[in-house]
Amino acid sequence: MSRLANPNRFQKLSRRVLPWAAGLAGLCLLAGLGLGLFFSPGDYQQGESVRIMYVHVPAAWMALGVYTLIALASGLFLVWKYPLADIVARAAAPLGAGFTLLTLVTGSLWGKPTWGTWWVWDARLTSVLILFFLYLGYIALQNAFDDGARGAKSAAVLALIGFVNVPIIKWSVEWWHTLHQPASVIRLDGPSIHVSMLAPLLLMAAGFAAFFTALLLIRVRSALLARKIRALRLVQAAADPHIRGR
Amino acid sequence: MTRKRRRLVFVLSGLTALGLAALLILSALEENLVFFYSPSDLQTKTIGAEERIRIGGLVEEESLTRSSDGLEVNFRVTDLRTSLAVRYRGLLPDLFREGQGIVAEGHLQADGVFLASEVLAKHDETYMPPEVARALKKSGHWQEDPPEESEAE
Repeated sequence: MSRLANPNRFQKLSRRVLPWAAGLAGLCLLAGLGLGLFFSPGDYQQGESVRIMYVHVPAAWMALGVYTLIALASGLFLVWKYPLADIVARAAAPLGAGFTLLTLVTGSLWGKPTWGTWWVWDARLTSVLILFFLYLGYIALQNAFDDGARGAKSAAVLALIGFVNVPIIKWSVEWWHTLHQPASVIRLDGPSIHVSMLAPLLLMAAGFAAFFTALLLIRVRSALLARKIRALRLVQAAADPHIRGR
Repeated sequence: MTRKRRRLVFVLSGLTALGLAALLILSALEENLVFFYSPSDLQTKTIGAEERIRIGGLVEEESLTRSSDGLEVNFRVTDLRTSLAVRYRGLLPDLFREGQGIVAEGHLQADGVFLASEVLAKHDETYMPPEVARALKKSGHWQEDPPEESEAE
């Protein structure tokens, strides 16, 4: 872990991984969308609106996965003080917020034709909305302090506290009566979804994960470079006789 | 104990305490977190005459009747143990039919009929193409809405 936490080693490794992640994302998303939109059947109950699932479900998985990554990185940052962990969490937050928003919007579009309503305040929908606000609060808190280190620490604590919400989202549909249906794919007795629909769904999920990885690597790389530029400027300013003289 | 170790213990114990607190709060709020009651739940609860609640379950087979103008529907909602008569006037979601899981919002009248002001279809977690559904029904392997049964406990 501490080997990866070295920014220089990370830059070297990420430069090699980035094109593969981007290529995989393009391939999986293209294949998944093609299969999902054109070559998979409609559902016996929902008809064509089942295709919304191919975006909604992977986005929801990413929304939860990215938050878990942020919580993990925040824990590493708080305990071991790896600066890279803070940078990763910071870079992942807007992406996770985007996935959560996509989940909420596509879910609403699916809910209207299927349930007969855009939105209900059931445990699943409400807890995902809370997740969205947690992401926004986390981003806001990071930038609320003039002293960057204090912002990072407070935000990391918030991220860890908010992690309580993740298992609640996952199991809300089993613990309480909700309008939202229980899990179809990740369940003990195997997926309750036909293979002709499971294939595009899994392709899209892989595509979303690769897409996130590529964007995250780009964001972390540029954050590391920006940090380096700041450090170099400070060194330069310190060496400048006009500034030093004052 | 090193500083790192102390911080690790602090973070882990903080998370454990937080998780426990969340668990306690959620179990205390259990009543308010359910989106709907099943007909069996209603038998053990006292509900005010004008109190708005939601009930959920399956539309009982062969219980659906429509009024002559086609706008008012009467049906029974069942959790396979007890059932409840529901009256509703308005547009129904496309998925509404006998055997389908639904959630209705409204209030319980004095005559024991639930007057619904809104009816939502509850989708189950089974996804399959229509041909497969037909084949399953034909071969006798069809299960009517398994999730609702398990949800009714």
